[in-house]
Amino acid sequence: MTAPGSAPARRRVGRNTLLGWSFLLPNFLGFAVLTMAPVALLFYYAFTTWDIFGGAEWSGLDNARQMIHDSTFWNAVRNTLYYTVFHIPLTLVVSLGLAVLLNKRLRAVAFFRTVAFFPYIASIVAVAQVWNMLFSPGYGPVDALLRAVGVDHPPGWTTSADWSMPAVILVGTWREMGYFMLIFLAGLQTVPAQLYEAARVDGANAWQRLWAVTLPGLRPTTFFVIVMLTINSFKVLDLILVMTNGGPGQSTLVLAQYVYRKGFEENQFGYASAVSVVLFLLCLLVTMAQFAVNRRREA
Amino acid sequence: MTTHPAPPAPPVQTPSGRRRNSRIGRVLGYLATAVASVAVLLPFYWMVVSSLKTDNEVFTLPVRWLPSAAQWHHYADIWTRSDLTTWLGNTVLLSVAVTVLQVLTGSFAAYGFSKIRFPGRDALFLTYVATLAVPWQSYMIPQFVLLSKMHLSDTLWSIIAIQAFGALGVFLMRQFYESIPDELVDAARIDGMSEYGIYRRIMLPLSTPALASLALLTLVNTWNDFLGPLLYLRSSNLWTIQLGLRTFISQYSAEYALIMTGSVLSVLPIVVIFLLGQRYFVEGVATTGLKG
Repeated sequence: MTAPGSAPARRRVGRNTLLGWSFLLPNFLGFAVLTMAPVALLFYYAFTTWDIFGGAEWSGLDNARQMIHDSTFWNAVRNTLYYTVFHIPLTLVVSLGLAVLLNKRLRAVAFFRTVAFFPYIASIVAVAQVWNMLFSPGYGPVDALLRAVGVDHPPGWTTSADWSMPAVILVGTWREMGYFMLIFLAGLQTVPAQLYEAARVDGANAWQRLWAVTLPGLRPTTFFVIVMLTINSFKVLDLILVMTNGGPGQSTLVLAQYVYRKGFEENQFGYASAVSVVLFLLCLLVTMAQFAVNRRREA
Repeated sequence: MTTHPAPPAPPVQTPSGRRRNSRIGRVLGYLATAVASVAVLLPFYWMVVSSLKTDNEVFTLPVRWLPSAAQWHHYADIWTRSDLTTWLGNTVLLSVAVTVLQVLTGSFAAYGFSKIRFPGRDALFLTYVATLAVPWQSYMIPQFVLLSKMHLSDTLWSIIAIQAFGALGVFLMRQFYESIPDELVDAARIDGMSEYGIYRRIMLPLSTPALASLALLTLVNTWNDFLGPLLYLRSSNLWTIQLGLRTFISQYSAEYALIMTGSVLSVLPIVVIFLLGQRYFVEGVATTGLKG
């Protein structure tokens, strides 16, 4: 054993550094140029204005000031929160419920576990198109079903400013529930079986066991799922673009889509970056909360 | 369960009561499975059935769940009515290139992160992990500006560039390498094997399941990516299946049956690949808990 700081030790560290970087480099080059640099540039571009020739000019807090008075921006923030507030509990309850009910060794369950992934892996363009057709007002199967159960005037879904967001939320939940169910199923395997046995001996019924054993045992999983769902909701874009394109009017315009519009439809890269920073900070906030809670749990 | 000599069961807990409970549980389980399966599969069923109907038949009241006569010719027509061949060709090319690059560079870097100790390594890995929580949507603007300045926008290279070097591959592979004991690597070092040899002849063969997971995740992500191609690929000869389908839908908005035919064809390859590699796919998703 050589003492740290001695010449051979230093030479070994040097050799290892060289070796280590030779492994990282092919990936790191791409990662640095395509992820790290853009993230860093974002915070510069957010304080610039772009002229028609594509040059960035420092404009200080102009973008921030403009944002405060931009009613469309605030509308996008509101819509993003609207989506978030409904999408999270809905997906949480559905996926958790399915996981609890399907945590059994039945052949039908194995079949469903496979099928539940289909919405998640199917192309968003195809999926959105099918749902738009299912939702078509008057003629679509969804409205036909609603009329069959006694709803005389079913909503106009994606053609109505009031119902387009609920339609998008429903499809978002349909798309993600199988995925989160799988994460919950994995979490259920970590709840010790003895706890159920003990609860049973104490005479707890299935409902009581759910509240006293299952849900507390799933708390770390549930927390992880909520974090994922929050970030997924903040950044929702492709579903909106292909299902409603933000409409009708601005009823489903969300934050990420406003970035897209300002940047790629109006070429205002500076202002679009400023809006991106808001999106970035929102997700950072969630991640930091996750870190804080995890650390407290470990302590 | 351990096999202790069982004490006589307390007579209070009636076995029939528990059996009734478990029977109710089974029935509930089946019922939930049935309802959930219908909810998940119905849109897919509708997609397939509509692709076999005539346009007039797609929307009828009451809803028709079977076509009166299956219009199989839609599956021949779509190839001449659209540029499906080009779109599929581009998509396959991109999916394969991105997957190969991601798997190679990801597993290579993961070896450095997991088995070679050097200063700054852990801080750098933390940076990788941190970017997993940063949504692409928040830095797509500067990324686009950057790639445009490199004259890569409107080329297939742009999609390869933005997809192939993600942190996901490094993260997933490193998680797996951490489960391989360092003693194994040390033994190989003592035997005089170089680090590259260890990676190539020990780590790669040992990590086939993780490589399969990563390959499947990347393949599905790239195939389904809509936003990347939407931003970068302007020329129609570069379009992927997602972008092509999207344009087809807006151009032929009343040809419902043909639209559904295209949709079926865009989903089908992924469903087949998923069914073949389901185990690896699910494992990959479970270890990373992240996608897109």
